[in-house]
Amino acid sequence: MSRDAGHFNLLARVLHWGMALLILAMLFVGVTMVASVHLRPGLINLHRPLGMLILLLALLRLYNRLRHRPPPLPADLPAWQAWAATASHWLLYGLMLAMPLIGWAMLSAGGYPIVLWGGVHLPPIVPHTPSLYALLRNAHSLLAYLLFATVLLHVGAALFHAWVRRDGVFQAMARGPRR
Amino acid sequence: MPLFKFTRHGGLRNGNRPHSPLPWIALIALILGGVALAFAWLAGWIGRDRLTSQNFTDAIEATGPAHPGFRRAHSKGVCVSGWFEPSAQAAQLSHARAFTQPRVPVLGRLSIGGGNPHGADNSARVRSIALQLTTDDGQQWRMAMNSFPFLAVPTPEAFYEQTRAQIPDPATGKPDPAKLAAIQDKYPSARAFSQWAKSAPWTDSWASTEFNSVNAFWFTNAQGQRRAVRWRWQPQAEPRALDAAAREQAGVDFLSKDLQQRLANGPVRWNLVVTLAGSQDAINDPSVPWPAEREQVLAGVLSLDAMQPQDQGSCNDLNFDPLILPDGVAGSDDPIPAARSAVYSQSFNRRERERATDDAARDNQQVQP
Repeated sequence: MSRDAGHFNLLARVLHWGMALLILAMLFVGVTMVASVHLRPGLINLHRPLGMLILLLALLRLYNRLRHRPPPLPADLPAWQAWAATASHWLLYGLMLAMPLIGWAMLSAGGYPIVLWGGVHLPPIVPHTPSLYALLRNAHSLLAYLLFATVLLHVGAALFHAWVRRDGVFQAMARGPRR
Repeated sequence: MPLFKFTRHGGLRNGNRPHSPLPWIALIALILGGVALAFAWLAGWIGRDRLTSQNFTDAIEATGPAHPGFRRAHSKGVCVSGWFEPSAQAAQLSHARAFTQPRVPVLGRLSIGGGNPHGADNSARVRSIALQLTTDDGQQWRMAMNSFPFLAVPTPEAFYEQTRAQIPDPATGKPDPAKLAAIQDKYPSARAFSQWAKSAPWTDSWASTEFNSVNAFWFTNAQGQRRAVRWRWQPQAEPRALDAAAREQAGVDFLSKDLQQRLANGPVRWNLVVTLAGSQDAINDPSVPWPAEREQVLAGVLSLDAMQPQDQGSCNDLNFDPLILPDGVAGSDDPIPAARSAVYSQSFNRRERERATDDAARDNQQVQP
């Protein structure tokens, strides 16, 4: 348990900003590779290993989150905003774990090889099942849109804390405690 | 109750000055709006006239009646299986496992061009083969090849233009001849393709048809040498040409009937012939054939010994994406495989969704009585 209750621990901050970049990149890579008739090969080769990296980092992050209590929200925060903060954070955790797993299962169900790079590939995690593929393929898109919307909400709320409320919530993630 | 409660804890130095949130809220809205707009643009949700894989697939669908649950192109075919045996020279071209493993299991599909799953074999000018080679290290090599020796168009944009020109005019029920002529005027390769279609012999079997990769790929061997290549499956069966009268008699399903007869007498075989690009050859333009005198290497033999109807076969639920490649083979600057990969994926997703709902509907029907 961190002694400074006002800031996230260093690992949490590094994971947060690193994964913020990765997840935002993944969302943009994902929609672009589905629509583009030119960029798909390069982007999909990036999408798979990046997804697996996010899965590993998300597990590490969940472990760190459960071990270290985050700094409390300001006491004067309206209840609905406090509720929205908690709900959206758990939604983000759920989605960053679920999206790579659904992607992996979806490729397995579609009979696709799950190539990471060169000759390195992952085994399928479900059998080749067309109806399951159809379901997971839809889920992968819909949950990606939900993740994107949640990320936007999260960024909006963070900037609201930083620029409008100026209540230290943004700083709790932006930097460590002052010595 | 005010919607938001503002505090200035730890914020402003000049605590007395009122702090208006509005410019800040506007800035936040601007940032979020900009990011959302970029996302929507890249996803193809805005700017709908652009070429996207969704639009391309829509255009292919618009060229004929809908056939839910079937491939959007080359819809009629059969599943086949067999094996591939690489030649001794193959490993010098690429370190792909398929070129060193003595016998590689193959799953495939033989088909005819067009979007009609009940189309007539005897009037299909284009035939095609799709293959999946799975090696013992778990890697896959998928290919989708055609009987024409070069593509009618050089780029995905031209391909889209050509496809749109083939959409029937609602007034006549047929494509507008003026639009088709305009494509031929614009792309010399489209005219050359028509010449090929008129003059090339119609062979009597899938087994006597040559299939061409058309697109260029990179092969990298164990020494790290990289060569641009195209490949073709050269039939071992003696090609016999069918004239117009013989085609008339052949029947709408003659290709699958013929294959069944041949398989009863043993496997049908093709040689894998790899053509190495010369230094001046265009590797980014599949509409230009490479000169016939280019170095060619016999890289192995494909043997097919079994066939199933596609609705019962394991090829049906596979996407033969030509960019699913093993280590040692890679896509080149040829822009067409990327577009095929993108459009095949759209087509695969659409038909697998249709098949899933169709299966669900069938299951319900079975429960009802």
